[in-house]
Amino acid sequence: METLGKYFIFLGKLFVNTENFKTYFKLTMDECVNIGINSIFLVSLVSFFMGAVTTIQTAYNLISPLIPNYVISLVVRDMTILELAPTIIGVIYAGKVGSSMSSGLGTMRISEQIDALEVMGINSTSYLVLPKILGSLITYPVLVILSGLLNIVGGYLAGTLTGEITPFEYIYGIRYEFNDYTVTFALIKSFVFAFLVSSISSFKGYYTTGGALEVGKASTAAVTQSVIAILLADYLLAQLLL
Amino acid sequence: MIRIENIKKSFNGKEVLKGISGTFEKGKPNLIIGASGTGKSVLLKCIVGLIQPDDGFVYYGTTEFSLAPRNDKTEIRRQIGMLFQGGALFDSKTVEQNVMFPLDILTDMQPAEKLDRVNFCLERVGLAGQNGKLPSEISGGMQKRVGIARAIVNSSKYLFCDEPNSGLDPLTSIKIDELIMEITEEYKITTVVVTHDMNSLLGIGENIMFLHEGEKKWEGHKDDIIHSNVKEFEDFVFASKVMQKLK
Repeated sequence: METLGKYFIFLGKLFVNTENFKTYFKLTMDECVNIGINSIFLVSLVSFFMGAVTTIQTAYNLISPLIPNYVISLVVRDMTILELAPTIIGVIYAGKVGSSMSSGLGTMRISEQIDALEVMGINSTSYLVLPKILGSLITYPVLVILSGLLNIVGGYLAGTLTGEITPFEYIYGIRYEFNDYTVTFALIKSFVFAFLVSSISSFKGYYTTGGALEVGKASTAAVTQSVIAILLADYLLAQLLL
Repeated sequence: MIRIENIKKSFNGKEVLKGISGTFEKGKPNLIIGASGTGKSVLLKCIVGLIQPDDGFVYYGTTEFSLAPRNDKTEIRRQIGMLFQGGALFDSKTVEQNVMFPLDILTDMQPAEKLDRVNFCLERVGLAGQNGKLPSEISGGMQKRVGIARAIVNSSKYLFCDEPNSGLDPLTSIKIDELIMEITEEYKITTVVVTHDMNSLLGIGENIMFLHEGEKKWEGHKDDIIHSNVKEFEDFVFASKVMQKLK
């Protein structure tokens, strides 16, 4: 409970004694590059293969003359939009970006760089963490959209090249009874997960004490707690919004 | 001038500072000395507000720091420059960007004006022409100089130095001390230096506060050391054979 209280106080500090807009704009754009652009390759690779494997495994489980082939791509579509793109990529995002945020801030803390900001009269929480959260909120939903697209493309290529499904059946299944609310739901999840990963990881890094060993521990804790938060939020959002 | 009154601080029940009072005067280096673990750095952090004391007051001029409204506190902090033990330079920024940082954030100066000021400060600390180097590309002594340049770039009224000589060879240490002394006298700033370096003590010890186990045991000028008659202080200062011979 004490840690939770400290986390909320930490979030409150983001919005007091802030610097000017120009400063935050530049820092946020830098973070968008660090967080978003540098994650595109990993997210693309994982998404493409995730889509391919999902298609092959769904086809393997649905061999029945009673089930039409387009159901394969329909399953891939709904799994991708509802779960794989926002949640599984969220877990990967926590591992890559969350650990980087935490170790970066932890190193700044133990090398007194955060103290140097405070002594200058700069709100270090706001200056260092707010751009990370904003950058995450801007780029993670874009990564989720990219992931969804590449999942479906990966599934298409794997399904059609192996002959499990024809191109027409795949496209038909993708479009069959499409409910656009699922995309809205996925985007809501992506904003929530982006906030959770960036704020929890920053929190763990910001309050690192000790030396290099503790920076590593904080980074591990940041990933673990971010993943737990993602899974809990995933369940709560599904209960509330579906 | 900075005045502290009855500063107390404990960590996990252990009393680290046991009611320290004193005055740090303007225009001369004020030294806080003592063995490792006596609370020097904690006292310094209490003075600059990085640690909240359990009890006591810190006055910057006539303003009490911990009770001051947020805006006043920020205003005081913006007049503070601090040299940290490890330099605390921003790894990803060049020497020029590090020194320019307070001006970027705290002032509305034009880019050319800021560059002039940065070059002036770098020249003042003997680092002219090192603008483009990263902290990892320069020596420990140079990092300390960059730290001093960053501390004075915004025309600070107060300069705090936490172990400015740690990790430096004796010659570089003396040069850093001389630089601190010159800057303090030249710009009439209030400088507080935490150290356990004997060269610093004898070289720039204009106003010395000696701490022992969280208590102030002695206060005075470097010329008064020999007549201190405080056992703990004498044990500390004359610990080495060289100093004993000198005595």
